[in-house]
Order: sequence, then structure tokens, then C-alpha cells
Amino acid sequence: MSSQYDTTETLDVKGQSCPMPIVKTKQAIDDLEAGDVLEVVATDSGSISDIQGWADGTSGVELLDQVEDSDLYTHYVKKTE
Amino acid sequence: MSTDNPPSSVDADGESEFDAAEVQALRERVEELEASMAELDDDDDRQKLTIVATQGSFDMAYPPLILASTAAAFGWDVVVFHTFWGLDILHEEKSRDLKLSAVGNPNMPMPNALAALPGMDAMATRMMQKRIDENGTASIEELIELSLETGVDLQACQMTIELMEYDEDDFYDGVTTGVGAATALQHMAESDVQLLV
Repeated sequence: MSSQYDTTETLDVKGQSCPMPIVKTKQAIDDLEAGDVLEVVATDSGSISDIQGWADGTSGVELLDQVEDSDLYTHYVKKTE
Repeated sequence: MSTDNPPSSVDADGESEFDAAEVQALRERVEELEASMAELDDDDDRQKLTIVATQGSFDMAYPPLILASTAAAFGWDVVVFHTFWGLDILHEEKSRDLKLSAVGNPNMPMPNALAALPGMDAMATRMMQKRIDENGTASIEELIELSLETGVDLQACQMTIELMEYDEDDFYDGVTTGVGAATALQHMAESDVQLLV
């Protein structure tokens, strides 16, 4: 799948379930610089709602997009500060 | 001073109606209030969650750890106070051998009379463990390590440690010991969210 976002890093959390996709996303974002975009690839269908909730409730991150493709859920999270 | 006066600080004689000392006292009071508001604003920056974990069965160990590690990912200040059977979750050896109870568990596909037979708890636990592995759900140990790594304060109730005759060294590295109900209450009072599991 080609992405319209210039992703800095890809986090693979396929096969992992709640709360791992969120916790690992947070850890990966912490390691990035402001302006970087993290691509998170998950198989947990709950990750759509969870990543939205996490991004809403967390300062310094912005959820750019979420793409659902068969059993894969791909999220693009930008570190804004 | 009457409040009926027109909003002018100078009366007919050209003299100030306000007492200088009174103005000074008001100014000081405003400064004091501003300072305490600033303090409150600082505290509000971070949400705080306190969970009291009282259960030590395999299934009941998960909710506090999942919520705690997720809240930490939100940047919240998180305390989990473990007391009574909840202490077993932090006990390095016991945490690897937590059991699911087959008796009195309405989700078990068997009557209580059968569930009470020897070996049934172990069987129920094995079934659950298999499901957890297949689902990619983290182990208790992983969640504890993740929680500690992300700054969750996992606390072990001192009274229960002594009651159960546990040793402080029995717990995972990084677990807080030497705390009691008063500490837990203090955290609960400061928290935005409090949960008893």
C-alpha cells in the first residue's frame, strides 16, 4: 500500500491486542522529533477507536488518517511538538 | 464606604475616597489569589488515575494493568494500589501462576457442582491462557513490566504484605512498598478518576 504521508517510521503491532497498540504507539512517538509521522500497522479492530481516543486525549500528537484494508488497520500519527 | 457612590475615586473635595491601606490589602489579596490559581492550573495539566486492585485471580489481574498502562500512554499520572489478593499480581512468582476460578463463574460452560471438582480451576486457567495467547493479548508479566517502564506507580499495601507473610524482595523491581490506606486515600483525593477492581 502506498501512502500519501511522508512517514518517518513504521510501527508493526500486527497480532497484538489492547492495550499494546496504544502503549507502543506512545513509546514510538516519544522517540520521534516534532514534525515526524508515525505509521502504525495493526490487526486489532479496536485500534481504530483507541488510537482516535488516544490522539484526542494526548497533547502534541495529531491523527492524520486511518486506513482500513481487509484485516489491516493503518494509522498515521504526526508528532506536532 | 457606601456602594451607592458614583464610580469615581475622587470626591467633591478632590480627596481620594479609598484608604491607601485598604487598597494595599486588596492588591495583596489579588496577588495571593492569582498565585493560588496559577498553582491549580499547574496541577490540572496532568490527569490522574488511582486504581485499587483487590483481586488476584487470573482474569481480575488484567483490567487494572490494561487501564494503568493505557492511562500512562495518555500521559496521565497513574497509581495502582494493590491490596489483599491484588498483591499477588505484583508478586513475581505468584503472578506467573494466577488461577481462574471455575466455581461461581457464570461464564464457565459447566455447572458449579462440576466446576468444584479437583483440577477444574487449572483447566479453566489453561483454557483462558490459550485464548489469551491466540488473541495476542499480553501476559501479566509483560503488562507489569510495561507499566513500570511507562512510569505507573505500582504500590503494594504494607499491611497485606505482612498479613500474607510476603517479603519485599518477592515483588517485581520497581514496585513501591511501605504504603498504606492513608497513601491510597491521598492519591484518590487528588485523582480525576478512581477505580476499585
